[in-house]
Amino acid sequence: MIGREAAMSLLKKVIQRSSADQTEAVLMTEDSSLTRFAHSAVHQHVAEKNATLILRVVVGKRIAVVTTNVLHASSLKELVERALLLAKTQQPRDDFISLPGPRPIPEIQTFSEAVHRLTPARKGDGLRGLFRQAKEKGFQASGAFSHGKVEVLVMNSLGVEAYQSYSDLFVHLIAEKGMTSGYVSFVARDAERLDLERLGNEAMEKASKGEPIQIEPGEYVTILEPYAVAELLAFLGFLGFHALAVQEERSFLCNRFNQKMVDPKVTIYDHGLAPEGLQVPFDFEGIPKEKVTFFEKGIATAVTYDSFTAGREGKTSTGHGLLAPNTEGPIPINLLMEGGETSLPEMIKTVRRGIYVTRFHYTNVVEPMKAVITGMTRDGTFLIEEGEIKRPIKNLRFTESILKALSRVAAVSRERRICSEGPGYSRRFVTGTVAPAIKVDGFNFSGVSAL
Amino acid sequence: MRRLLENVMDSAKVRGADYADIRVVRRQTQEIEVKNGAVDALTHDEEYGFGIRVLLRGAWGFACSSRVHGKEMEAVLSRALKIAKASAKAQGGKILFPPAPAIVDRYQTAFHSDPFQISPEAKISLLLAAEGKMRKLQKVKISEAFMGAYKTDKTFASTEGSYLEQEIVECGAGISATAIEGEDVQVRSYPSSFRGNFATCGYEWVEGMNLLDHAERVAEEAVSLLSAKPCPSRVTTLILDGSQVALQVHESVGHPIELDRILGTEASYAGTSFLDPGMVGSFKYASDLVNITADATVPKGLGTFGYDDEGIPAQRAPIIVHGILVNLLTSRETAHHLGKISNGTMRADGWNRIPLIRMTNINLEPGEWTLDRMIEETRDGLYLSTNRSWSIDDKRVNFQFGTEIGWEIKNGKVGEMVKNPTYTGITPQFWNSCDAIADRNHWQMWGTPNCGKGEPGQVAHVGHGASPARFRNVQVGVMK
Repeated sequence: MIGREAAMSLLKKVIQRSSADQTEAVLMTEDSSLTRFAHSAVHQHVAEKNATLILRVVVGKRIAVVTTNVLHASSLKELVERALLLAKTQQPRDDFISLPGPRPIPEIQTFSEAVHRLTPARKGDGLRGLFRQAKEKGFQASGAFSHGKVEVLVMNSLGVEAYQSYSDLFVHLIAEKGMTSGYVSFVARDAERLDLERLGNEAMEKASKGEPIQIEPGEYVTILEPYAVAELLAFLGFLGFHALAVQEERSFLCNRFNQKMVDPKVTIYDHGLAPEGLQVPFDFEGIPKEKVTFFEKGIATAVTYDSFTAGREGKTSTGHGLLAPNTEGPIPINLLMEGGETSLPEMIKTVRRGIYVTRFHYTNVVEPMKAVITGMTRDGTFLIEEGEIKRPIKNLRFTESILKALSRVAAVSRERRICSEGPGYSRRFVTGTVAPAIKVDGFNFSGVSAL
Repeated sequence: MRRLLENVMDSAKVRGADYADIRVVRRQTQEIEVKNGAVDALTHDEEYGFGIRVLLRGAWGFACSSRVHGKEMEAVLSRALKIAKASAKAQGGKILFPPAPAIVDRYQTAFHSDPFQISPEAKISLLLAAEGKMRKLQKVKISEAFMGAYKTDKTFASTEGSYLEQEIVECGAGISATAIEGEDVQVRSYPSSFRGNFATCGYEWVEGMNLLDHAERVAEEAVSLLSAKPCPSRVTTLILDGSQVALQVHESVGHPIELDRILGTEASYAGTSFLDPGMVGSFKYASDLVNITADATVPKGLGTFGYDDEGIPAQRAPIIVHGILVNLLTSRETAHHLGKISNGTMRADGWNRIPLIRMTNINLEPGEWTLDRMIEETRDGLYLSTNRSWSIDDKRVNFQFGTEIGWEIKNGKVGEMVKNPTYTGITPQFWNSCDAIADRNHWQMWGTPNCGKGEPGQVAHVGHGASPARFRNVQVGVMK
């Protein structure tokens, strides 16, 4: 980590060097480690240090973005020159209004010093304990254990200056015995909250219900654990909860605002400051994150904006800008669904015959405007009979409209869980979705795994 | 550079490493996205750094940094050794890592026209012209064009004395039109969906696409789909175009044959495989017509290179011969499970990632049919083109794919257009139902630049040679 002062000094120099009409510089640093294990043995342990600068210049209405992780003085000079040259070859963007101006950033703590104590040796010790625990009970453990320290600084020539340091810790784990497996994951900013033994027990409990049987696909009363619900929410966020999707007429919310779209038990929102989530005070344009509610008791209400989509409608950004050039739109990344009035065990007791799903795998969009997606279940799919989880079943394929499923929500759990995919594919910025378990009266399973 | 890297490797040996390698990688990316008459993104990206992998006491350690100089390399080596020591205490058994011959060489992608030397103005102008042609139809609400150029310079050195320099140049482009009416969203793309088609090649690859010639057709088909009838739900004969066959190979052959996945290292994330090493040599994966080859040497393949990221030369390896599984994708560490040596498939997504077994170019070898004959000899079926969605289970058995467009086939003739076509199947059953593969005249390389695997996430560029193929008794129309 390079610290607030050094980061600001670096970006100030870059912005001062730029002759563009408007300039924005984002610095992201990362110091991270990830340990993978399979069959109760570590097979990969990697560590990374990196710092990346993303420079956006606006010349008139011509915009270009250049990125580098080579941060010595001569290369930064080159970077600015390259950005300006590229911008001059650009076409003017008539619907661009302006980069955002500064707004007060809420002061919140998103860094825990405990992350410094996660040395390779300590992580190895923790995992050895988990492997012993699994072995004693006849299970194999596979998963990943990752932690990181990340800094984000956003500055622009209009006066935006927003710095935040983040710590994160992410563990996901499956316990396997025979043909069954159970999944659990954990994500937090504070490493002290990790309890590997408890996670191990939870995964093993899920995988200890015998060998799976095959059931016929069809429509079933279904209980979705928070992991599965979080995945549905993420698809809604990507497909329709943001202004660009509405402006391009490809969002399921088009012409549906203020109408009831899903069950009144469903309230879904994005809130970077929610303490129950992984807090993020500002977006990648340095704008404070506002709470935006998409479904309020089943009614379609609002979408997220960044400065570009807001400018098109004469509005202000809600603080949902992603890293430039972001052509996907201001997709919400701090999603939450409100909890309900029942518990997961109570929910299970109400099901005469149905399916219990822990998580989904390899989901993908089939029909965007109806939010139809398909995917498989994995690591804990069970048959519920007479109010009890009876036994594991072979993984099922589902093809279902998320909106239709949320219209059939019969119960929502009080307890919620932060679910995360971890560090992801590009620059490390761990986020989480806070989701309850839900009971859906009729969820469509279209196929079954043959093995 | 060579002396610097060799010094670090000497240092690794002195400090007790059984084996070590270092990769210094510089990657440049230029991407242009045009949407609805405006340039949505014009970007230039540069990444530079190095990663050191050490094998110590039979355990791996890897560390990396973006500060490329000697002092930092020594510090990163120390970090990698420390990690390996910690890993040794929590691993199942010592890693077997057979030696490989020391090779000193330089490899460069063959190309005529460096895509980084073509002016951004010329590229923008081409993309805007193609995009503009699609926008002429009122129901086309989103018209897009994309172009990307990628250059990777990597230098590999190992404690075995290998020193390999590679320059890999890639580029690609594509157009797509999205027609929207009410709740109906229909997309058509050319030459392939999800940004286009990509290759290890110069700018001539983009020029050869003739984007302008296809723009109007793409837009018209997107609009026509709005009024097309839905794909029927039934079991029928399916003919897939080359690009969809490429995706089918990718998901239901390419991934299941990765030996690291078979051995369980992706169990908690990308998943495992329905295969096991004991099936090699006897498992009837597909019908007798089907021959699949992993070929990292094929010209223009997006998975073509000189050496993999543990110093093994690029190879052409038969995987399925007349329907029988005969080999898997392997690495130095895993190949002994088959009694073989590595077939050179270990690749890392840049300097800051450890190499994993990745597809190279997994090619369905051409058959003897023409597409016309294939259609003429189909009494009743569907012809589907261009992937729109994909999903497969964690063992790569149950898949469901959607394509942008389909046409009915009735009595040997192409009939009505159908929208939202989907099909589903079970991998070995599906491949064993293949009864026709189009010939070399229909065969081409398809590049997949977005193949995800591993943690931290890695995106690989892989290729698939494919031509249209026919499959019997397939469930189609699984839309909710």
